[in-house]
Amino acid sequence: MDNSRVLKGTAFKFGDNISTDLIAPGRLVHLRSNLPELAKHVLEDADPTFASRVKRGDFVVGGSNFGLGSSREHAPVIIKMAGVSAVLAKSVARIFFRNAINVGLPVLVCDTDRIADGDTLEVDLAAGVIRDLTNGETLTFGKIPDAMLAILNEGGLMPYIKKHGDFKL
Amino acid sequence: MAKTLTEKILSMKTGLEVKPGDIVVSPVDWALVQDTTGPLTVREFLSLGLPKLANPTHTILFIDHAAPSPQKQLSCDHTFLRKFAKDYGAVLSDVGEGVCHQIMAEKYARPGDVIVGADSHTVTAGGLGAFATGMGSSDVAAAFGLGKTWFRVPETYFIRLTGKLQRHVTAKDVILHLIGMIGADGATYKSLEFGGPGAAAMPVTDRLTIANMAVEAGAKVGLFPSDDATLEYLTQQGRSQDHIRLFADEDAVYERVIDIDLAALEPTVARPHTVDNTAAVGELKGIKVDQVFIGTCTNGRLEDLKLAADILRGKRRNPATRLLVAPASPRVMLAGMRMGYIQDLVQAGATILPPGCAGCLGVHQGVLGDGETCLSTANRNFLGRMGNPEGLIYLASTPTAAASAVTGVITDPREV
Repeated sequence: MDNSRVLKGTAFKFGDNISTDLIAPGRLVHLRSNLPELAKHVLEDADPTFASRVKRGDFVVGGSNFGLGSSREHAPVIIKMAGVSAVLAKSVARIFFRNAINVGLPVLVCDTDRIADGDTLEVDLAAGVIRDLTNGETLTFGKIPDAMLAILNEGGLMPYIKKHGDFKL
Repeated sequence: MAKTLTEKILSMKTGLEVKPGDIVVSPVDWALVQDTTGPLTVREFLSLGLPKLANPTHTILFIDHAAPSPQKQLSCDHTFLRKFAKDYGAVLSDVGEGVCHQIMAEKYARPGDVIVGADSHTVTAGGLGAFATGMGSSDVAAAFGLGKTWFRVPETYFIRLTGKLQRHVTAKDVILHLIGMIGADGATYKSLEFGGPGAAAMPVTDRLTIANMAVEAGAKVGLFPSDDATLEYLTQQGRSQDHIRLFADEDAVYERVIDIDLAALEPTVARPHTVDNTAAVGELKGIKVDQVFIGTCTNGRLEDLKLAADILRGKRRNPATRLLVAPASPRVMLAGMRMGYIQDLVQAGATILPPGCAGCLGVHQGVLGDGETCLSTANRNFLGRMGNPEGLIYLASTPTAAASAVTGVITDPREV
């Protein structure tokens, strides 16, 4: 992740408890070795129109306990493949959080109640600030733990291991 | 310093005096994948360009989630995993050889082990006193190659179990009750450690059911001490040599202590679409059930076949209710045949499925139709979980499931 980057895009708002089954439905398990095809169905069971509306740079904004459920890394992978630049949520399930960082998808923990569906957001990763350009509000997000930031900064766990050969956390 | 079980195992493995919040790199005793997460794990491992696995005989590839395969794409994923296991000398557990978490308990997991698996219910082995946790494909690929991984040492919640369960109330009701109490994110990033006289009196099979669902409260691990019951279980599996005694220190520091009186518990059911949406079975009596599913890594053990057979023996399933039973392993299936449970279940109208995950994750063997309701002994009832977002899933214990198969509606097993 380039910390100096400012991300800008539209918020797609989801509720609490967005499970990995809603993100990457189990019935589509036969597509897991064809990620571009699976990505066409991202979040399908939460919002069937999402995959066709999301644009590069947009944000997925959840409530509490985002990504609960399965260890399937396909879930953050296809969110990223769909062009989403970051996931914002009030709280995030443990495995999903780690998986998202491992695939190079920033996850920002913040009070998402004040963000409405369709708002334009600007996220300053270095400053730790989210500006909601639609309602004029400013939010701060929780710091990503150093160990995870080290992995995210290399673009994910596989690039990290290729570069360092080991965990240097 | 006094240690929780979690701190004790991670200290043993790393040679450090760990405390909650520390980031540690720990050796991994077992790394596992199954057929739905395995292909991505293997591709990520191969992308690292390493010549070999760190520990091939402790790297296990399970084909259990879509087994036998219902679709050619999944068949090709299976072929890919088989070839990788052969080329790299990893252990392969193929179609029909059982659910990964059951096989880990029967054959591999040892008290004090660190186990990582690309399946969230890897936590099941915590029932044997192993620090076992679910991770994604990248993390497990790294463990495949390096034989280690990093952990943040979690804070621990101590769940003190006292009293004795009433008839027809089971370990499944204990964990559903706990999740209902603390919520589906009630233990996020935490370790759940179970103890007290109620835990000491619990056989390992029950402990596996409880540990299995620790992740449904968001926990990283669900751990039981390793005691005489653990030795008894390992001895039954022909592995008494794998036993070590392992307890938390008496004065270990817990972030939170939760008391549960087992005698006060009732059969508990989780309503759609979250596991913490629980109610006593009495509140849901009479809801029509199209399908009952007994099996999975939560409740597919011999004890479950017995509990179901004891209720269904001499009876017949309701003609409007399908009854699917999937033993969790060939060992469970064979013992169930020897004891006559399978015969009882078939005579009661059950469809016996091969050892594996069956309908739990919505790939095959029990996909719901639009508007249909399933009462399942599995661990998840998320929207769409059983292959159809138009279906409804209730989670319950094996006695509640068996009783409901007889009546065709959600039924209190104490009343059948």
